[in-house]
Amino acid sequence: MAIQPSHSSRRILLPVRQWFILFSLVAAFFLNLIPLGDAPGMPDWVALVLAFWSVREPLRLGMGTAFVIGLLMDVATGSIMGQHSLAYLMLSYAAGGLSRRILWFPLAQQALHILPLLLATQTVMVVTRLIGGADFPGWGYFLGSFSGVLLWFPLTFVLLLPQYQPIEKDENRPI
Amino acid sequence: MSVVGHQPPPFFRRGPAPLARLAFFVILSLALLVLDLKYRYLELARQGVATALYPLQRAAYVPVDLYEQLGDYLSSLAAVQRENVQLKRKELESANWLLRQQHLELENQRLRELLDMKARQPVSGTIAEILYTARDPFSRRVIVDKGGQHGIAAGQAVVDEAGVLGQVTRVYPLQSEVTLVTDKNQAVPVKIVRNGLRTALFGASGGQLELRFLAANADVQPGDLLVTSGLDGVYLPGLPVAKVLRVERDAAYSFARILCEPAAGVEKHGQVLILGSREALPPQVAETEARDKPAKGRKARRKE
Repeated sequence: MAIQPSHSSRRILLPVRQWFILFSLVAAFFLNLIPLGDAPGMPDWVALVLAFWSVREPLRLGMGTAFVIGLLMDVATGSIMGQHSLAYLMLSYAAGGLSRRILWFPLAQQALHILPLLLATQTVMVVTRLIGGADFPGWGYFLGSFSGVLLWFPLTFVLLLPQYQPIEKDENRPI
Repeated sequence: MSVVGHQPPPFFRRGPAPLARLAFFVILSLALLVLDLKYRYLELARQGVATALYPLQRAAYVPVDLYEQLGDYLSSLAAVQRENVQLKRKELESANWLLRQQHLELENQRLRELLDMKARQPVSGTIAEILYTARDPFSRRVIVDKGGQHGIAAGQAVVDEAGVLGQVTRVYPLQSEVTLVTDKNQAVPVKIVRNGLRTALFGASGGQLELRFLAANADVQPGDLLVTSGLDGVYLPGLPVAKVLRVERDAAYSFARILCEPAAGVEKHGQVLILGSREALPPQVAETEARDKPAKGRKARRKE
């Protein structure tokens, strides 16, 4: 599906490649696995990339993928099975449902749409764990969503980069 | 579209409706949650996936490891020398106790033999290194670099040079997960050294510990040292766990609020000792034997 970066852009993008979606998800998973201690405000990369592809390509990235990568995240972090998968699932559903609306806006307002989605994802995880008898981690936990939203701008640029390439190569043209 | 035998063209077919798919996966997630939380049926599946993810996890640890090594490399020679002097002094200070320990242990053993008491269990242990804190803000756990391949089993106690650190709660083939004593759901049976009062210690928020269910007039003072009582069959008796920081007695509540500070460097990284699992307590063994062979026991009694 060739679409514009946003409604105001005249540029038509190349169709996305399936392997690139998969690769970006694996890279986000890897970034999530890097043990940085309990530094506050670390973004959830997987949630961010999932939200991005759910908004851009709701037909290519389904809830099944979100569910499976959530399960992998559960095992990798040693949390309860189903905690991340439930949260990512709902994120993917909401972002996919809102995709037509979100793409109508420029980047800053897209980010404003993503913020409540990421906060809701974290809230689902907190509620799941509180029911499971864990301790409330403190309000600093929700900082991760805010830092994640700030990353929406560079993330859009990086993840759309392969689609910005021209179809026919011209030696005399700079880009 | 309702003509019999006519289906929509394949390029319109998109599977079940999004809401139906969402409902299906939500139910699946909730089922997994209940299975894992309530019945712990999924440990085997978790082991398999964790083993498959192990290379990726080790790879993710590489940048952090490199950063730490760089820090070690750049730490000045003077700091290392200072640490060396401190360690030497500490060793000299503890030499007095260590040298007499062997003698005392022998004497203790002889006295126990004289009194016909059961000998104390010997302590064995495996040295492990804390790799990193688990990325789970809801609990306090660390990952250590020894696992099932090195003979670690779930339930073993973990100590460092100052006291009890926690307990092994999940074992993977090459790593294991240690729940720290500061975790909310981790309880340690302790006793107060000063007066021998037995109680249980729970984790509290902010890396502290809390003595729950002690009456408001219980004999606890700030500065009291808490050691394991060994009643649970997990921790050896006498290991230091915590020190009482603050005691709040409020007449409105029947229990005192007692906050403690962990003795071990719970929030620091470094080398730890995973103690060998304790054998079952002797009375229980005797009971099961008696239950297994009731006929023999009766015969033996008749002979008497």
